[in-house]
Amino acid sequence: MSGRATRTVVAVLVAALTVTGCGAGDDRASGGAGDGRVTGAVTVFAAASLTESFTRIGKDFEAANPGSTVTLNFAGSSALANQINQGAPADVFASAAPANMTTVTEAGNADGAPNVFARNQLVIAVPRGNPRQVTGLADLSRPGVKVALCANQVPCGAAARTALDSAGVALTPVTLEQDVKGALAKVKLGEVDAALVYRTDARAAHADVTGVEFPESARAVNDYPILALKDAPNPTGARAFVAYVRSTPAQAVLAEAGFQTP
Amino acid sequence: MSGALLDARLVVERGAFRLDVPLRVAPGEVVALLGPNGAGKTTALRALAGLHPLTNGHVTLDGIDLDRPATRGWVPTERRSIGVVFQDYLLFPHLSALDNVAFGPRRHGVDRRASRATAREWLGRVGLSAQAHRRPRQLSGGQAQRVALARALAVAPALLLLDEPLAALDARTRLDTRAELHRHLSAHPGATVLVTHDPLDALALADRLVIVEGGRVVQEGDGPSVTARPRTDYVARLVGLNLYRGRAEGHGVRVAPELTLTVADRLDGEAFVAFRPAAVALHPTRPEGSPRNTWAGTVAGVQRHGDNVRVQLDGPIGVAADVTPAAAAQLRLAQGQRVWVAVKAAETHAYPATG
Amino acid sequence: MTQVRDHTAPRRRGRVPAALLVPAGLGLLFLVLPLAGLVIRAPWTTLPQRLTEPGALTALRLSVQTATLATVLCLLLGVPLAWMLARVEFPGRRLVRALVTVPLVLPPVVGGVALLLVFGRRGLLGGWLDATFGITLPFTTAGVVLAESFVAMPFLVIAVEGALRAADHRYEEAAATLGASRWTTFTHVTLPLVAPGLAAGAVLCWARALGEFGATITFAGNYPGRTQTMPLAVYLALETDLESAIVLSLVLLVVSVGILVALRDRWMTSA
Repeated sequence: MSGRATRTVVAVLVAALTVTGCGAGDDRASGGAGDGRVTGAVTVFAAASLTESFTRIGKDFEAANPGSTVTLNFAGSSALANQINQGAPADVFASAAPANMTTVTEAGNADGAPNVFARNQLVIAVPRGNPRQVTGLADLSRPGVKVALCANQVPCGAAARTALDSAGVALTPVTLEQDVKGALAKVKLGEVDAALVYRTDARAAHADVTGVEFPESARAVNDYPILALKDAPNPTGARAFVAYVRSTPAQAVLAEAGFQTP
Repeated sequence: MSGALLDARLVVERGAFRLDVPLRVAPGEVVALLGPNGAGKTTALRALAGLHPLTNGHVTLDGIDLDRPATRGWVPTERRSIGVVFQDYLLFPHLSALDNVAFGPRRHGVDRRASRATAREWLGRVGLSAQAHRRPRQLSGGQAQRVALARALAVAPALLLLDEPLAALDARTRLDTRAELHRHLSAHPGATVLVTHDPLDALALADRLVIVEGGRVVQEGDGPSVTARPRTDYVARLVGLNLYRGRAEGHGVRVAPELTLTVADRLDGEAFVAFRPAAVALHPTRPEGSPRNTWAGTVAGVQRHGDNVRVQLDGPIGVAADVTPAAAAQLRLAQGQRVWVAVKAAETHAYPATG
Repeated sequence: MTQVRDHTAPRRRGRVPAALLVPAGLGLLFLVLPLAGLVIRAPWTTLPQRLTEPGALTALRLSVQTATLATVLCLLLGVPLAWMLARVEFPGRRLVRALVTVPLVLPPVVGGVALLLVFGRRGLLGGWLDATFGITLPFTTAGVVLAESFVAMPFLVIAVEGALRAADHRYEEAAATLGASRWTTFTHVTLPLVAPGLAAGAVLCWARALGEFGATITFAGNYPGRTQTMPLAVYLALETDLESAIVLSLVLLVVSVGILVALRDRWMTSA
């Protein structure tokens, strides 16, 4: 079983436990729907690339709303979308790509329209110190340079394809990774010389990896939409969390992680 | 005995158990290691085969040291000129009878065709030509035994080893197979060592018996001498004799503090006295007249024994007596009953315990 | 309540106790229901066209090839290892036996990383292999075979060691008395004796290699035609198209079950 599949199972278990806890303890009786106060658990399904920033934002949200707890479930956006459409009890969905959000809205699981709360751009991740002297996309097609890309089916792969096409660079990667963390790991381990990953991922791995900016990345910007879900067990909490993510403090956290804010 | 093909002193120490068996076997001779379970017979056989290293002593076959710990001499099993018939035969289940027998010659460097020819010849000799292509599981017990024998002999071993070769057979098959085995063992030009706990097998198959008890040789000799003059209870029981050890003075042998048996033979010093259970007479009262050897005993057990009744008696010496059912009925033998025991001196056999 | 017909019916060994029957049934249901889910959700109408997509067939062929090669590699290395564990007393044998099972408990992704640390470009052996022989393993089909072997070998070793321990080692002694060296004994007596266990181990090993995902993607990466095996293709399909993923899974399932059943009939009926 893959690490990601394992994580999915764990996520489902966590979600199931959350629901059970709610039924038994009744600690989130959509508290104070009238007075706007948020209490109880808010379950957030968020794209894996949001792991670091949403963990902080969740803590800040709890601090701003005493009596509330934020349960975060990080995984690939498409896996999360599938889980939501299969009835996973989530309050909020934050996706790394509009396409996965569309899957959810088209299935009729959205409460309102999605809002873009962050943008992410590609950088060229190279081992720290940039031993191959990579300065732009063209360097990646040099002979002997091993490159990892994300598979076309996942957002970072689609973005990479767009950027490479617009730069007119043709290259054959040695691997098409399932997700951006996989591509980054290959750089960290030194198995490839470069990978196209999100700026946020490169920044989070700054101990081992240097992010090289390139102009064509502007052509392939990735929008991160967020929305409250229709069947949210805690609708008040859901709306409050969505609103909080777009607030100034949360946006500052995202910017610090390398996101562009809308 | 000079000209022994096998000359061995098998010393194996394993925890508290110590085996120490000297063994010399001439070409063409069949020696049976006879003894109760746990006596160390199988260990001795495994030591000869190289499946168990000696602690001390030696195994010399045809002048070559196969195992001699003192000089670190060692020839591994697969390079010894031996053939082994295992107790449950251990025929390779995935090979036909023919290929089982051809296995040995093949390993000794004979090519496939010649090996199979040899195997076919041996299967013919043991009367199993028709079963050549059967797998071991399709053979009867007697047939499997013969295949195992053919397999062991097909490499023309200098030393043939058999471990309880007839133990796995039912009584009827055993009789036929024993006779046939005897024929093959007689024809074998090398030395043969046979391990068994069955005196009948040993007597029928071997030229010489070596009785092993508790890891030591307690008696050795040809069949008639061993059966006529047993030297331990085990052998006496095997051949169905009452046996006592005592001090002889003339015609009297003191076998218990208050019992001296009068015997026909005349001798002095440590001696054995043996007599058959049928030679023992039982009387309800003290018999008058000729028998000198009489004493009072207590019935310890009564059971059928062939056509007769065997009575076990306690007293100054334990003794087994065979009486007719009629006599038993007349005496109304029951456990705990006191009777008088009588043995005629002429029915006893006394011989020195030493030498 | 004797039944008259019992005279002719084969004798029964009593009724199957409910305490066994009920959990057995539940266990079977638990294993089969997810399969049924796949079958029910499969897009049967578009199935033929999806099946003939070149990507699917390429991945399937690569999967079968690499799993088979991995099984051969596991047999070549794993059977002698199992023999050592079962037949030779050596210091640290228990530790070695425990080490053999490590890939079973290690998450395969971690296994993949561990392989990179050894056979990768900067790995303990990888750099030397590259410098000396020009061999690089990551991102190659050979790398897939290596990753699958790493994960699948314990299944083979455990099965074969069990069979060796269960086999009567006195047959090997009998072979020695007939003049067979240890090697000949191993090839002519031991291996045939444990053939059923060997076959079972090889089949388990092959099945595990066929389904391998984590170590493969981590060590060998994912590139169509070279390192993208069926499980990787399934996972990628899951990103965009659930139905495609189901179709690919079904194909993998049908092929593997088909091959296992065929082999079982041929090899293991005599066991």
